[in-house]
Amino acid sequence: MSQPLKAAAQGMRELIAFRIGDQEFCIDVMSVREIRGWTPATAIPYAPPYVLGVINLRGVVLPIMDLSARLGMRPSEPSVRHVIIVTQVRRHTVGLLVEAVSDILTINEEIIQPTPEISSELQKQFARGILSIDRRMICMIELETLFPDVESQAA
Amino acid sequence: MDMNEIKEIFFQECEEQLAELESGLLKLNDGDRDPETVNAVFRAVHSIKGGAGAFGLEDLVAFAHVFETTLDCVRSNKLEPNQDVLKVMLKAADVLADLTNVARDGGTVDQARSRGLVKELEALAQGVMPSASSHHEAPAPAPAPKPVAAAAPVSPPAPSDESGFQPIPFTFDEFDGAEDVVAELPEYEISFKPRGALYAKGNDATLLLRDLSRLGEMTINCNMQTLPALQDLDSEGAYFSWKILIKTEKGEDAIRTVFEFAEWDCELEVKIAEETVDNGADEELPMIPVPFDLSSLDDEPAPAEEEHQATPASDVAAAVSAAETASNVTQLASTAARAEKREPPAAAAAAAANAAGANSALAAGQTIRVDLDRVDRLINLVGELVINQAMLSQSVVENDSNGTSSINMGLEELQQLTREIQDSVMAIRAQPVKPVFQRMSRIVREIADMTGKQIRLVTEGENTEVDKTVIDKLAEPLTHMIRNAVDHGVESPEKRVAIGKNPEGTVRLTAKHRSGRILIELADDGAGINRERVRQKAIENELIAADANLTDEEVDNLIFLPGFSTADKISDISGRGVGMDVVKRSIQALGGRINITSKPGHGSVFTMSLPLTLAVLDGMVVTVAGQTLVVPLTAIVETLQPEAAAIHSFGANHRLISIRNSFCPLIDVGRILNFRTTQANPVEGVALLVESEGGGQRALMVDAIQGQRQVVIKSLEANYTHVPGIAAATILGDGRVALILDVDAVVAASRGQVLKAEMSYAAAG
Repeated sequence: MSQPLKAAAQGMRELIAFRIGDQEFCIDVMSVREIRGWTPATAIPYAPPYVLGVINLRGVVLPIMDLSARLGMRPSEPSVRHVIIVTQVRRHTVGLLVEAVSDILTINEEIIQPTPEISSELQKQFARGILSIDRRMICMIELETLFPDVESQAA
Repeated sequence: MDMNEIKEIFFQECEEQLAELESGLLKLNDGDRDPETVNAVFRAVHSIKGGAGAFGLEDLVAFAHVFETTLDCVRSNKLEPNQDVLKVMLKAADVLADLTNVARDGGTVDQARSRGLVKELEALAQGVMPSASSHHEAPAPAPAPKPVAAAAPVSPPAPSDESGFQPIPFTFDEFDGAEDVVAELPEYEISFKPRGALYAKGNDATLLLRDLSRLGEMTINCNMQTLPALQDLDSEGAYFSWKILIKTEKGEDAIRTVFEFAEWDCELEVKIAEETVDNGADEELPMIPVPFDLSSLDDEPAPAEEEHQATPASDVAAAVSAAETASNVTQLASTAARAEKREPPAAAAAAAANAAGANSALAAGQTIRVDLDRVDRLINLVGELVINQAMLSQSVVENDSNGTSSINMGLEELQQLTREIQDSVMAIRAQPVKPVFQRMSRIVREIADMTGKQIRLVTEGENTEVDKTVIDKLAEPLTHMIRNAVDHGVESPEKRVAIGKNPEGTVRLTAKHRSGRILIELADDGAGINRERVRQKAIENELIAADANLTDEEVDNLIFLPGFSTADKISDISGRGVGMDVVKRSIQALGGRINITSKPGHGSVFTMSLPLTLAVLDGMVVTVAGQTLVVPLTAIVETLQPEAAAIHSFGANHRLISIRNSFCPLIDVGRILNFRTTQANPVEGVALLVESEGGGQRALMVDAIQGQRQVVIKSLEANYTHVPGIAAATILGDGRVALILDVDAVVAASRGQVLKAEMSYAAAG
């Protein structure tokens, strides 16, 4: 039995934590396909500002989303130190640009705390909860909220 | 392999047989009287019947049987396959196709229709000509051509006909005179000479003879003359032939039925026996004692005598045992030739026809069925290979500046090989357009029936090959256009006669290759487009201004606008609100173009030009505002370097370029795609003159041309969404993604239509 499956069986979850600016976020490891270095993307006309463009992932045309811009923070200036987390959201494969992957966490569902009610619309829209690990605060992101209408568009 | 899989194969084969059947009937309809065509048609129905029987598909068997019986009358020249007969048969083929579909997918068939056809077919088999009145007002009851059967020498005791009884040239005179024969049971002389293929297919002469023995008292003679010496014996050959005399009241039919599934693999002759002829036959094919004792082979009583005076029972046993031995033996070609020479001409001809059938089956080429997914995967992989190879070449060029090494030569060879592999893989998917065209002929028939029009569909170039995906998507727009042509294009027979045209309208469907694309033309000889009405309608629907000055061609092309239906009355067949705009859109979705030219009173021609494949594209790689784009080569008419003097400002934001004294709007691709906000200086760039929908030309401004290459088309929609102005993406030699420009969308945008950012990503942001 693989690590995540074993974890799930015990009510545990595995999360992948990454950094954007001075904040830490995490997503469920089950939706991550791979992590790779940044390569320049081809711009797409009429794309929203947080879509940096598309890259070639072994023959697949992969759109890259600047997660910082998507979450309403300052747009990143991609460099060779940035990484792309290739994720699978429903039937789409999408790359998320982040600054660095910091950790892989195995946590118990119970320690996920609800997000406090603050006026930040975006934080409320995307955050599923927050975790406190070793006095760090990590915000857990619900991937599907990043692509609101992907499904209805495809249907 | 379970039953369902076998059944699936049967249905796949049915589809092929049905296609064969229809094309055969259409050939006959065109006046082809080649016996092989008739045989092919007969074989198709026969195979369907055989397979359906094995699966217990009663309805299918019953219908196929009646159909087969009628076809057999044609095969034996008892029924002249004229237009009226073929009309019924084509309908029967449609019903057979329906029944097959129902057997596979469930559902119901039009029972009344199939019952009606069964009656019509049976009537045909009995020599009753179809009344021409069913669809035409003018019955014109020309003296019904007498069934040819009446002319054939039919003797009273001769059992009837249903089988492929070939009239053979000997007289029954003496026979008729002999009273004793009439009193007795008719005696048949059967000569049965299996070929190797008969055994190879699992048939067994023993079993056939055993079945035959159930019909009546019979005497069997085995001719073992051709059996070679043991060392020359081909273990899978067929060396024996049989001469059987049987007395039965069941008729020739019953005898032929015994050999039903073996008849293609043997020489079979059934005729009424006659004492004198019998002797003669014996002389012709002398039955000499076998040179060795069969009993030593199989421990059974050997047929010591071949002269048939032994009791029938033991004779049967003996012959059967011989047949068992024969199961492993093939005949030599020379014996076949010898046998043919001595046979009566008719039988020889039949045998020759059989042989020809076998040959043509071989000539048709060997094919395998492959799951489409597998081919697609292969195509994808080869696409990757091409990209990878290009990337490799590029990095070698970059790192090896002196460019001498053998690496370069090797790379060049690799490039050639990959290109060849790609071409071959693409060829796997290429299919002739024939199946689609054949489907159209049914549609034409049905609509012609519904509207009471007489239409003849002529197809040309049906073997033109094009990618399977294109074929699959072609059927729908084509169906729609054919419906339109028959329903609106061709006039009613009365009207046609009144204006001096042939009452039968012609719809011509042509396919051909032209400069790397497939060109499909649909022409009718109907009324053509009523430009006044089209104009009126367009003004009514506010599609054009009332005082718009349009050329004839522009008026004709108005019918492709959304919400345009030219029919005065909404008919059941077309004009249900789905107009030619749907056709145009589906053709465009295939990367194709459609155009119409029309001549009032003489008909219209729709011309569709489609790419041969949806997987690769020849493109021009260009630079626009620092981005690399690919422009489909098919759209580009010419490229030119604009001079400052040729650029003229037009109003606030527009510019025209003069090309050979005509002015053409200049479109800055970078602006249209939002890559830059200011107009680029045209003199620093290159203009691509493109032809877009509706025939208008536009000059697309790009910064520079990088080169020309074939690219593998990659979907953007798979992981992203549709991008306005962009058709798809591809991966270039440097491994980066390049976007493929949607020329028509860009041109449309320049006309004032807004490139809609219809995207979820944007909506969310």
